[in-house]
Amino acid sequence: MSALRSILLAAVVMGAILLTTALLLAAGGYDVRTALAALWTGSVGSWYSLTSATLVRAVPLMLSGCAVAIAFRAGVFNIGAEGQLLAGAAAATAVALGLPSLGVATLVLALALGAAGGAAWAGIAALLRARFGVLEVISTIMLNFVALYGVSYLVRGPLQEPTHAYPQTMPIAPTVRLVQIPGAGRLHVGLLLAVGAAVAAGWMLRYTASGFRLLAVGESASAAASAGQIDVGAVTTRAFLVSGALAGVAGAVEVLGVTYALYENISPGYGYTAIAVALLAGLDPWRVILSATLFAALEAGAGAMQRDAGVPSTLVSVVEALLILAAVGAQALRMRAGGLSEAAAQPPEQPA
Amino acid sequence: MTGAEVVAPVLAATIRTATPLALAALGELLVERAGLINIGLEGAMLAGAFGALVGATSGGVAGGYAGAMAGGLLVAALFALCVVWLRADQIITGTALTLLSVGATGTLYRALYGSSGAALTLPTSGTWPIPGLSSLPIIGPALFAQPAVTYIVYLLVPALAWWLARTQAGLALRAIGERPPAAEAAGISIDRLRTLAVLAGGALGGLAGGTLVLAQAGTFAENMSAGRGFIAIAIVVLGRWRPFGVAFGALLFGAASALQFAFQAMGWSAPYQLFLVIPYLLTLAALAGAVGRARAPAALGKPL
Repeated sequence: MSALRSILLAAVVMGAILLTTALLLAAGGYDVRTALAALWTGSVGSWYSLTSATLVRAVPLMLSGCAVAIAFRAGVFNIGAEGQLLAGAAAATAVALGLPSLGVATLVLALALGAAGGAAWAGIAALLRARFGVLEVISTIMLNFVALYGVSYLVRGPLQEPTHAYPQTMPIAPTVRLVQIPGAGRLHVGLLLAVGAAVAAGWMLRYTASGFRLLAVGESASAAASAGQIDVGAVTTRAFLVSGALAGVAGAVEVLGVTYALYENISPGYGYTAIAVALLAGLDPWRVILSATLFAALEAGAGAMQRDAGVPSTLVSVVEALLILAAVGAQALRMRAGGLSEAAAQPPEQPA
Repeated sequence: MTGAEVVAPVLAATIRTATPLALAALGELLVERAGLINIGLEGAMLAGAFGALVGATSGGVAGGYAGAMAGGLLVAALFALCVVWLRADQIITGTALTLLSVGATGTLYRALYGSSGAALTLPTSGTWPIPGLSSLPIIGPALFAQPAVTYIVYLLVPALAWWLARTQAGLALRAIGERPPAAEAAGISIDRLRTLAVLAGGALGGLAGGTLVLAQAGTFAENMSAGRGFIAIAIVVLGRWRPFGVAFGALLFGAASALQFAFQAMGWSAPYQLFLVIPYLLTLAALAGAVGRARAPAALGKPL
């Protein structure tokens, strides 16, 4: 797709978001002008809101958006980015608090264990799919709930701060945190990690043999197996684990760069928004960078809308869901018209 | 404490928890026998719960159940529009519809009733003890002193089993879930029948959500379906796509949830989160155990 078309598409999407939001606001009887002004100032209207509100939120969305994109491209419906993110956050917190602080070494280890935690959490669903043919849509959603209660248990049990007054862990030592970017408010170097991961993921899908195998399996598992001699099960499982690892890093980065502690509501549903992020990006990790920033701006602005215009911040979820429906509807119409591939639209052959 | 004093409340709690699960799962059973998977069932339940709130504030309990079914139907209609008519992907559409329901019910709830957190108290459907049966020892009060909606489930299970197995329409539904081309050749309108199945599933899902509000909580809370729609989808697999199997699966989940009352009554101490995750862990275990032995409708989930 040419750069011009990408820019045009982004403009159309942004126009659609603004129009939908304005219509919903008008339907709800809110002052559209005040609300949209708040949306603007709360998201990109100032250097502070751009960095400390929008880009800070964009970091976990980029990482978990890439997680969803990779899984969906391989034909794996991983709806469990939220749970994998929480598992990664918990693992990273445990490392950052439990090990003696060796500065950057502990930080790197915490990030690595965050990835491992997310991969392990996804691994449960991957195993259930590979071994028993359990539909991962259901299993990953169930694991999201288990992770939520798991974190609840940890921060009220083994990992709770010593005074036992609050359901959260001790703060992570300053030497183990991701440093903030000078002059950019609360924005931390995790942004570079997220952009780097998205670039690498996109490059892997486009230019490497394993990326090619992943796409082949996602397009048509039977064709990949018979014509390409590809071990479909292995490729699927690997994509699932990589997806979980990326979501786990999102959780680790959030703990190490933003909250500095683990608590129950550490994610405002990043793992669910990630699905919208990935679908809007056409499941392309490079375009996830843009769509994650867009959704981060929308969610940052939603907070301002609630404060300034009394608009419930959940309105943004409605806009996001409508965008997904519009995107899959448009894709379906295009496929009907052009007979394009059924990429990422193929459920696994064994329903559960 | 005697055995009966523990068993009777656990049995009653089992039926109470199983009722909405069974309703939603029976609805999804119809959808899946027609060859579709509607992950948006969770959204239909939540919309049903909100519909119950809106209906009950003006129309009492009956208005609440009407509102619940309308809420579920609305979500189902969107699913049918996207999947059956536009041929959009089922899983993604269902996921988006659940997100839409979470957002829309949350927004409307806060806009209409304020976000102060003051819970609304709604009229609830009281229990209707069946004369005679409800005075049986132990099982009487548990099984036959329930809200009316539970008795609807008792009737719906055999009715659906009969309908699927013995009627022309039931046969047509099964045919489009197994061999759509053959069904089409036999003159069955696939799109029309699938749309009807999805709508029926949505109405039952909405009713299930309404049950949470009108027969259990007596109020609405954001995201109160809490994954029950997804559990219901697992129950369909566990029940091997058969009404009586689904009823059994719902009872199993009801019992697992009710066990926490028993544990509390017996003075067990464990982290409370452990009780809360039981239904989700049970779903995973049940799916792992059920699949392979069960045979799904052949066309289930295939792109249309």
